[in-house]
Amino acid sequence: MKPAMKIEQEILIDVDKCTGCRACEMACSAFHSLPKFSSINPAKARIRVVSDEIRDEYVPVFAGNHTKSGCDGRHVYTLDGKTYSECSFCRASCPTRDFFIEPDSGLPLKCDMCESTPALEKPWCVQVCGEEALTYKRTEVPREQATQEVSGEIEASLQALMKQHGMEAVIHHLKEMANKDR
Amino acid sequence: MRYAETGYNLEIDLSSGSIAKVPTAPDLAEAYLGGQGSAAKLLWERVPPDTDPFSPDNLLIFSTGLLHGTPFPACNRTVVNTFSPQTNLMSHSLFGGFFGPELKYAGYDKIVIRGKAPDLVYLYIHDDKVEIRDATHLRGKGTTETGDLLKQELKDKRVQVAAIGLAGENRVYMASIDHNHASAARGVGVIMGDKRLKAIAVRGTKSVNVARPAELFEMSHKIHTKMAESSGCGDWMAVDEDDSFHHNHFAWGNARTRRPGYWNAELQERWTKLKYDHMDRQTGCYNCPKKCRNVISWPGRQRFGYKCYGKDTYHMAAFLELDFSYDILAVAQEYGVDSYSTPQVIAFALELLEAGILTDKDFPGMPADSAGRFFYLLEKIVRREGIGDILADSVSQAAKRIGNGAEAFDHNTTKKFEQLPIKLGKLNPAYFLMIATGEKMSITQIEGSFPQDPLPTEEQRQEFVDKWEAVPDQKFKEYFLNWKKRNDISDEATCDIVDWNEAMHYIDDSLGFCGFVSSFRGQFGGDVPYHINNIPQAIALATGFEMDKPKLWKNFQRIRTLIRAVNVRRGLRRKDERPPEDHWAVRDENYEQQLLSKYYNFKGWNSDGIPTRATLEQLDLAYVADDLEQRGILDKAEAP
Repeated sequence: MKPAMKIEQEILIDVDKCTGCRACEMACSAFHSLPKFSSINPAKARIRVVSDEIRDEYVPVFAGNHTKSGCDGRHVYTLDGKTYSECSFCRASCPTRDFFIEPDSGLPLKCDMCESTPALEKPWCVQVCGEEALTYKRTEVPREQATQEVSGEIEASLQALMKQHGMEAVIHHLKEMANKDR
Repeated sequence: MRYAETGYNLEIDLSSGSIAKVPTAPDLAEAYLGGQGSAAKLLWERVPPDTDPFSPDNLLIFSTGLLHGTPFPACNRTVVNTFSPQTNLMSHSLFGGFFGPELKYAGYDKIVIRGKAPDLVYLYIHDDKVEIRDATHLRGKGTTETGDLLKQELKDKRVQVAAIGLAGENRVYMASIDHNHASAARGVGVIMGDKRLKAIAVRGTKSVNVARPAELFEMSHKIHTKMAESSGCGDWMAVDEDDSFHHNHFAWGNARTRRPGYWNAELQERWTKLKYDHMDRQTGCYNCPKKCRNVISWPGRQRFGYKCYGKDTYHMAAFLELDFSYDILAVAQEYGVDSYSTPQVIAFALELLEAGILTDKDFPGMPADSAGRFFYLLEKIVRREGIGDILADSVSQAAKRIGNGAEAFDHNTTKKFEQLPIKLGKLNPAYFLMIATGEKMSITQIEGSFPQDPLPTEEQRQEFVDKWEAVPDQKFKEYFLNWKKRNDISDEATCDIVDWNEAMHYIDDSLGFCGFVSSFRGQFGGDVPYHINNIPQAIALATGFEMDKPKLWKNFQRIRTLIRAVNVRRGLRRKDERPPEDHWAVRDENYEQQLLSKYYNFKGWNSDGIPTRATLEQLDLAYVADDLEQRGILDKAEAP
């Protein structure tokens, strides 16, 4: 039997190629406005170029998941002699910064790879990146393999929980959660 | 609903501390576009002609272009206008980067600043929150340093900052306003400093709306793609390591010495290595796929960025090499001085010393070597110390103050403004008219659509015109095909060419487009993404106005003529319209004056360069004619 396939999409980011022009932000906000392309507002973009001219820092970062709380402390990375705050690479919309928060509603924003019918050849941010600092990769992977990977992850997590709290407690909680869901 | 523009100006009075968000007339943009066009109207209406540039009544206006914030690429040049103490005329300056679009996203088309703060302040704009804040802690801070400190202070890396350095604070006439690694030159930093305004920090999170979204995005994306793929736009000098053009042809020192044959292969290899050993990356401006700015990290200095001829001016004035320019640019950028005029001022002072008009007593403690002298004088100028206090008033004004024959050394200014150090043999008629009648002070802000020189063979000329989409009219192709010798071209063609060159700059500077993808670039090849044939459609899609080529051309004429009237009202006359006497070796006063008369006539100006009532009325500027008549500048029209 041919395994069921699923699409995996990736945006590859080459920070050395970024010129800091923010065309990606422009195009993202234009595409996601209603009606499409009717308004432009980089503050509504689901991609941000974190830039700092003085320190030669140019990092495009995409909106990921929302998190309710900010972080207590941050790592500072030194890469090629330049320092970056962990914040520069973080994809979360969080309360500690105004990234990826819709400025009018306060709702979190998340990159959707420009989900659209018909599908786009590649997301708009990638289409307008003249320097190919952003490139798009689309691969088909078997769904089963993906499911196996997930199963493995769940098993590892459950084993860790059982080691800490005992099997009884874990089963009890799972039952309770299942009841609540009903 | 207003499209492309926000419909609001931010009006600031630094004397009283008042801040107002003022709606603008809906039909203003249709007649004056934005940027320099609508700024000129404000200066005409609000600043009486006898206003001293240092008066609190002088305005300092930061304008977005009409199309800033829309998806059109390379539309990001912020326009700064005021009246200059150097020329006593309208100052016009531009800087790239991110400031203008950010201002529009904050909800404003312009910031109009009058008055003077009691001490250094900065302006903080975050959408509807606008505050005048104390900036005394930023006194003496560098331009990019100030931007960085404000980002930290405001805890917002997305804030866009335009700031002056020590030169602006001390009212140096050559002071610039700097934003990241972009710089507004030509006499605007001095007024920002005079108003005690250290910086403007702006952050915008509002939307800019466009009238016809789908069509606009299709058009803008096509242009974006073309720009990204084409080598026919942007600043090729950012990557072309052969800089023989400037070094062999432009004049060194105080715009005196030509060194033909200076450039050689060994030099090119050495300088290329020097550049790439110290260059972090090339950066672009907002929503532009070109990367025209080289960012250099020089040992022991702040990072700086340069474009175009900006890397040559210091070492050519000092008879040194590129390493000297890198070293001093890093310092000069933080002080905030114009890299075109400042080296000329310094070279002028050193020439006066050599000639004995100034003496060693005027330069106490000055080192003997050229690099040391340039650094010494830069420090003196930005601090207005000793001789620096006089030199800080620019070449023309300094020559007058020094006297004793110094005026003869002021040989490279027009309308009291330092020109590019170009000294040529035979006259180019179009360049004569552009330098003479230009009101943007630098030829780079006037020339650009029509080539500077003819191509040698008919095949080359034919090939050039075949792909020439930018021409407003087929006659320009004929002019170019028949043009064989630089100084041999009809007066009629010359007038048309100058008019077209000017038109594109006035349009760019009102819409916010960069000259490297429009007005300045066509002269080097026929492949510019923006031109008179597609810009009307861009305006129509963005704003919803009806716009076509004749209407846009009339807009250009209206704006150009209004600016002429603004300056005429402050005293500009025919006698001031003279390129430097030594710009060309071979001159013919009779021919030049006849050509000038023809051009005035072509423009609808009288023999003294003043727009006539008929011209003004035809451009819907009857109010200007009334004013000029009332002041006796134009003769009163006979009662009908």
